[in-house]
Amino acid sequence: MSDTERAQRVEVESKGSVVEGQKAKGGRAIVITSGKGGVGKTTTTANLGTALANRGASVVLVDADVGLRNLDIVLGLENRVRHHLLDVLEDRVPVEDALVADKRTERLSLLAAAQAREKDEVETVKMQALVSNLRERFDYVLIDSPAGIELGFKNAVAGADEAIVVCTPEVAAVRDVDRVVGLLGNRFRPQLVINRLRPHLVKKGKMLSVDDVNGILRLPLLGVIADEPEIIVTTNRGEPLALQAATPTGAAYHAIAARVAGEDVPAPMPAAAKDSLFERLGSLLGGKRR
Amino acid sequence: MIEFLKRLFGQSGSSATAKERLRLVLMTDHLELAPEMIETMKRELVDVISRYVEVDRDRIDVTFERQDRTLAMLANIPILSVNRPNGSATHEGPPQAEQPPAKPPVRKRRRRKKVAAAAAAAPVPAR
Repeated sequence: MSDTERAQRVEVESKGSVVEGQKAKGGRAIVITSGKGGVGKTTTTANLGTALANRGASVVLVDADVGLRNLDIVLGLENRVRHHLLDVLEDRVPVEDALVADKRTERLSLLAAAQAREKDEVETVKMQALVSNLRERFDYVLIDSPAGIELGFKNAVAGADEAIVVCTPEVAAVRDVDRVVGLLGNRFRPQLVINRLRPHLVKKGKMLSVDDVNGILRLPLLGVIADEPEIIVTTNRGEPLALQAATPTGAAYHAIAARVAGEDVPAPMPAAAKDSLFERLGSLLGGKRR
Repeated sequence: MIEFLKRLFGQSGSSATAKERLRLVLMTDHLELAPEMIETMKRELVDVISRYVEVDRDRIDVTFERQDRTLAMLANIPILSVNRPNGSATHEGPPQAEQPPAKPPVRKRRRRKKVAAAAAAAPVPAR
């Protein structure tokens, strides 16, 4: 380590500790994580952020998946990103220059990930200092963690003090969440979002149910999101479904946001559509639920 | 025929299979993540067995094995000698040795214990 590097690190560490003392005053820093990839962390981050901002809170979404920038796409902001997380962490631009204001939702900002870099280029202390800084400016700092439990995950978690874990009703996803929750420990008080549930399949005994999943994980349940084609459509367009608060899934994201904000509303739970004639005949033959 | 109809109407419950696999895989994970717990358990197990027979503490081997629907603990505990059952009133345990005490001293015995329920109920330190 060169002398200048050492000097910089000391500076960051001292800054970090100064900020640490003010932590209580700032907003909440929540990491969204899962272990397994492809369970919907980014979609959950975008929708939760949109719903929280709609409630009147100021929200910044931090894409900590360095090297695989996605959150900008889900929000439809890919053409507005000028600077990214590593530009800020490596002191090339001040953080306010790197924040992208959402084009649809007021009070919502994005700090995009670097696309052409690697996860292990982020320094953990710098990430902590950045999140502390953002907490002073926003009510919520939502950090979209990369998949895995290596350095990228550790950096995403470093600055947060709460965690939301996203799990799909699959053996591999539940196993990974179990592992991640073990790694997080009690400090982050992890809460659970079950994503991509297909109530119809659950009813037929072809998919793990909410009780199956959370009977094992035993986490505070924020809510359940159904696997709806409209999520794919809105993601294609770059419009989080939470913008459509009247749709069942949009409403579910708003309920999750309300619960995150501490409101005592029931956890959203998708209902199965009515059975078709064939399925009802099948039920008559017995062996309905297994 | 009913099975066929059930399948036709899509009522084979693969979620039950998923649940079972998940339960087993997590038990294995939690055991792997808690080596110190296993060591403690091994020690306590041997302490109990030693009340009845003298065992070779250096050659004890405890492993876990996935069986059809359960996780089994396999303990291989070499026995050096078996205490002669004495009829005294102070003897607390009933070591009615299955094998006569005249047998050769080193003899491997395999004990099988299902720990499915215990592992599920016991808090695993890694969590």
